[in-house]
Amino acid sequence: MQQLIYFIRKYRYFLFFLVLEFIAFNLVINNRSFHKSKFINSANSITGGFYNKTTSISDYFQLNKENSELSNENLLLKNNLQKALQVLETVHISRSIDTIQFKQRYSFINGRIEKNQYASYHNFLTINLGELDSVFSEMAVINSKGIIGITEHVSKNYSRVQSILNTNSKINAKLKNNSYFGSLTWNGSDYNTVQLLDIPRQAIVKIGDTIITGGMSSIFPEGVPIGQVINIKEEATIKRVINIRLFNDMSNLKNIYVIKDFDKEEIMNLEKSSNE
Amino acid sequence: MNKFRIFFWSILILLLQILLFNNINFSQHINPYVYIAFIFIFPLNKNRFVFLFIAFIYGLTLDLFSDTGGIHAASLLFVGFLRLSFIKLFFKKNTIDYLLFNLHSEAFGQVFNYVVTITVIHHFVLFSLDNFSFHNMETVFLNTLYSSTFTLVLYFLGSYILRKKIT
Repeated sequence: MQQLIYFIRKYRYFLFFLVLEFIAFNLVINNRSFHKSKFINSANSITGGFYNKTTSISDYFQLNKENSELSNENLLLKNNLQKALQVLETVHISRSIDTIQFKQRYSFINGRIEKNQYASYHNFLTINLGELDSVFSEMAVINSKGIIGITEHVSKNYSRVQSILNTNSKINAKLKNNSYFGSLTWNGSDYNTVQLLDIPRQAIVKIGDTIITGGMSSIFPEGVPIGQVINIKEEATIKRVINIRLFNDMSNLKNIYVIKDFDKEEIMNLEKSSNE
Repeated sequence: MNKFRIFFWSILILLLQILLFNNINFSQHINPYVYIAFIFIFPLNKNRFVFLFIAFIYGLTLDLFSDTGGIHAASLLFVGFLRLSFIKLFFKKNTIDYLLFNLHSEAFGQVFNYVVTITVIHHFVLFSLDNFSFHNMETVFLNTLYSSTFTLVLYFLGSYILRKKIT
């Protein structure tokens, strides 16, 4: 007993250091996996509020660029709307309209990025939407150009988004011109390039092909643009890696949309019951 | 330097790190981590519990703001623990000298060795934890090299400019 007390007295600083270091390591490991870092994330009211104040100042420096981007998006949507109206006018629908079929599946919630991060291996963004804006965990975050990430932790007013530039991120993606799908990952080296893996060998992929989200997961709707193929490594092998240049400049993001999927719960329940 | 000034400078350095230096991202991974200056301005004390605990909280605050889990806390704590041994090694100081110890009154060569050693160790631990695998070891070494050069240049410039005010 005497020996033990002597030991603790002698190494008390070292033991204290070990305890704190152990806590820190635990936090590091928890931060690596989705959903686990409950306490140390920037989606709480203190850090979120702080970033909210600072971005409301720094936003003024990019107003011009943001305005032109938004008006470009408006232009695209207006043109698409006209095309759709044209189709509706010319096609004569003979059968009677069942109003239940016109249920809206996705709805968009607009928000703003409070903190952007793209230089680490595990990047997270903070957005100014939370439970009060009916944003919950595992919802898709996109902007006008393409995908950004998936919401992870949600507080009252803010939420933390796992960026696609996170080495843990895995998103179902497919080629636009056929239906071969694979998973989109990031190797941590360049923030403009992501990797598409597990595309079947027989799929023909050319440089310049467009990659969109696949719609296999219940998070992203099908057809959200991701990027373009820039080169292919180890062609025609099982380990084929397709490098994709993102349409988004991940270092310069501001306005975002969170996608709410009304059918998600139904799909999840169905998958759960079929697994049992 | 009294307690209030240490508190003020620590908070100021933390804010600078969060708002300015975390966003430099020069060639993607290279950032100066000037908050390491906390280790140099915090007064020496024989009882190390307070210092270790504050270093841990300081790093954790930065982690909270930059969504990095606990890598800043772990690395700052690591060099915080090693600090006294390096002071013994480079400045040949004993427990009696701790009260009047001041980096500005020491010879520049010794201060340089001390600061460089602590910064490089801190950055290496930081980037290894950020990487958290043995895969990209060469990028870890390169990031450590570039980032610590960046940090050291900024630290020495800052401490030279503020040498009158900070003491």
